[in-house]
Amino acid sequence: MKLSVWTYEGPPHVGAIRVATGMKKVHLVLHAPQGDTYADLLFTMIERRNHRPPVTYTTFQARDLGSDTATLFKDACLEAYERFKPDLLLVGASCTAELIQDDPGGLAEALGLPVPVVALELPSYQRKENFGADETFYQIVRKLAHPVERSSEITCNLIGPTALGFRHRDDIVEITKLLNEVGVQVNVCAPMHATPDDITNLGRAHFNVLMYPETGETACRHMERTLGLPFTKTVPIGVSATKEFVEEVLGIIGRSAGESSIASRLPWYSASVDSTYLTGKRVFIFGDGSHVMTAARIAKEEIGFDVVGVGCYNREMARPVRAMAKEFGLDALITEDYLEVEAAIADLSPELILGTQMERHIGKRLGIPCAVISAPVHVQDFPARYSPQMGAEGANVIFDTWVHPLVMGLEEHLLTMFREDFEFSDTAGPSHHAAHSPNQEIVDQPASVTASDQGANVIWLSDAEKELRKIPFFVRGKARRNTEKYATDRGVAQISIETLYEAKAHYAR
Amino acid sequence: MVGSRTCAHLLQSAAGVMIFAEPRFATAILEETDLAGMADAHQELERVVSDLLSRRPDIKRLFLVGSCPSEVIKLDLATMAKKLSKKYYPSVNVVNFSGSGIETTFTQGEDACLEAVIRDLPNDDKTQLAVLGALPDVVQDQMLRLLTDMGIEDVLVLPQQTAGAPAGVGKNTHFICAQPFLGAAYDEMVRRGANAIHAPFPFGANGTTEWLAAIAKRFGVEQDKFDAVTAGPKARAERAIAKVSETLTGRSIFFFPDSQLEVPLARFLSDECGMKLTEVGSPYIHRALVGEDLKLIEHNAVISEGQDVEKQLDRVTACNPDLTVCGLGLANPLEAQGFSTKWAIELVFSPIHFYEQAADLAGLFARPIVRSDLLNVGGAI
Ligand code: SF4
Repeated sequence: MKLSVWTYEGPPHVGAIRVATGMKKVHLVLHAPQGDTYADLLFTMIERRNHRPPVTYTTFQARDLGSDTATLFKDACLEAYERFKPDLLLVGASCTAELIQDDPGGLAEALGLPVPVVALELPSYQRKENFGADETFYQIVRKLAHPVERSSEITCNLIGPTALGFRHRDDIVEITKLLNEVGVQVNVCAPMHATPDDITNLGRAHFNVLMYPETGETACRHMERTLGLPFTKTVPIGVSATKEFVEEVLGIIGRSAGESSIASRLPWYSASVDSTYLTGKRVFIFGDGSHVMTAARIAKEEIGFDVVGVGCYNREMARPVRAMAKEFGLDALITEDYLEVEAAIADLSPELILGTQMERHIGKRLGIPCAVISAPVHVQDFPARYSPQMGAEGANVIFDTWVHPLVMGLEEHLLTMFREDFEFSDTAGPSHHAAHSPNQEIVDQPASVTASDQGANVIWLSDAEKELRKIPFFVRGKARRNTEKYATDRGVAQISIETLYEAKAHYAR
Repeated sequence: MVGSRTCAHLLQSAAGVMIFAEPRFATAILEETDLAGMADAHQELERVVSDLLSRRPDIKRLFLVGSCPSEVIKLDLATMAKKLSKKYYPSVNVVNFSGSGIETTFTQGEDACLEAVIRDLPNDDKTQLAVLGALPDVVQDQMLRLLTDMGIEDVLVLPQQTAGAPAGVGKNTHFICAQPFLGAAYDEMVRRGANAIHAPFPFGANGTTEWLAAIAKRFGVEQDKFDAVTAGPKARAERAIAKVSETLTGRSIFFFPDSQLEVPLARFLSDECGMKLTEVGSPYIHRALVGEDLKLIEHNAVISEGQDVEKQLDRVTACNPDLTVCGLGLANPLEAQGFSTKWAIELVFSPIHFYEQAADLAGLFARPIVRSDLLNVGGAI
């Protein structure tokens, strides 16, 4: 049993719904109690879809438990088929139905429906949402995709985008454009936008573009084996990754990799003197594995941040994230417990957090600016405007999104220089971003709270305390904690200005 | 909540941004190993509870909320609650009820919870008024002021704002519900010997007046005094409603089943705002509770109990109402088809009861209509 308030991922059947909702002419019958219909609103509200997710819930009740639930399931299948006339029926069970052990696959098979039926195994007590999506899509591909004649022109499939995916809608557009530029047409994009018919035609393509490993990798591996389709390993988020992606594509289709130029403004924006102050800003990165790995690279190589922490919540990606962290000289934080993430952030006191909706709130609480790079996200991260993460335009979007919450360079100087001035007082925070406006109490408090376990017995002499106030607010908490730790470790009971600077020298990077 | 990742995910999705405000609820997520043996599950639960209580020592009452998974594997939370209550006595009282989707719908969770609380209350034979139903603070205060002004001093509001404040019920308790979804709590009060007061629910000027009048009658409040207390706010509410209901008069409305608030709200909208009722769906209709409201609308609406969402959607299409009250899973899809909708969950969390909120309540229904008249770019994509 694990006590939990906030979860990064939903149960696996939500992953199945993401696949079904992304596709067309597919219907999912889910053996589930009535309360489970809550999942609909993720799609109708957060993603703002204009139709109901194609899911029928059996909505069994306590009084149905016993022999009746199987009949209920069969009736629901028949009714769903009659009403929606899908080309493919998916059947599965949510956590509760998993316990009552009706066999959705067997029951649906016995109905002899005139369309293919795919039975899903969704182990609710072991796996989670991303697994559910990956597995569902894999099972669909396994059932429907068979070798067919290759297209005469060079085509590929886009694999992995689903409903409720972070920026999947616009990534598809951006990557399609990028591929067209090098003469590759898209055969099928799946699961998003695909019909079951399209799935049967996956084999027409010459290769697969694996856009999101979390939701498409198993299917890609399967297609590699059974259809002979190689798939791309680079996720094209960031300028360098996009370049490498293009080279990888050219390699696959047997064209020489010329100098591929990516028409992004990021390199120039990043090089311009206005961005100098971004150098070495300490950034903490958390989210799903793919977005974290691409973000870390952009942060380090393309913007010049100092990556001080990385981690992901999906264990499926733990290995590559760990490996990458090692290259950065870090230990990856692999956890689905937001309290651990919060503790890590508080400890590192970064100047910027790149994370999910949860990290946004952690940032707010700690007074640290944050930009969202990964699901789970709220409604504001399904924007009306075009905002891909992938490709050239994605890099532009990323530059703007990440830099926006930071205090602007000049403003930062002013805030430090005139900190005694009421207009520029620390508590004013960045003028253009009220949501993140850190005020002094918020910044200082977590420091003194955390410090209390280790620094309870150290006293700040008033001169030192005054000196501490002169340190810019966004690093003050860290300075306070470091100094206290330094003092405690050395058995120093009182912190003087001297101690403060000793500690500063000790922790100098 | 003792449940699965689904239950945790539901709470998170439903609580929205509240989830970030250190809420005092959480899910003990069952894992594979918990399904293997019941003894382990009980032990695990004890561990989780002990961790939680040491982290949050301010908690005085702990509810173990049952879910579908916990019910299906027959985790005995009732016995666990007793055992834990003994273990943590007197600092923490542990209570169990079920909020599982196989047994309860939405607001029935509050009902099941309150029922469990009432069951634990000691006996008290003093003459008092008990009002059932959690209300926003400001609304509760307005209600208490009205009752006090009528001379009714001994009022017990259930649930109480603080667990463990002195309270008891018995044969001289007269009780009335402020929320229509409290069927089980109602029955539990009757079992405890308390006397029910029946009235329409306090929505709108008339609803509030009738509700107060029923109490006044039971407690022998003089008509003059009653009028003196209610005349002012009633007139104020009527004036306010009149303004808002200009938008609503003559428009038709369809209710999907959601919260059991549907019957009394339909009564208010037809009786006081001039709306035409087409269908009033409610997940469950407790006749003793909503009977007074039901009487007032039965003749001019189809009343439907329970749900079959596909058939209900067909009926919406057929009767093409001006406004459809429904859940968030249906609202946008219906809007995209050109229907104006009012999402129902808001009605549970907004202050809507009693005189001062009457116009706000009407306003919640008027807003989507005003908005669709206002927007001029087309909605569907
Ligand atoms: S319907 Fe049952 S399993 Fe689903 S979220 Fe509600 S209590 Fe949990």
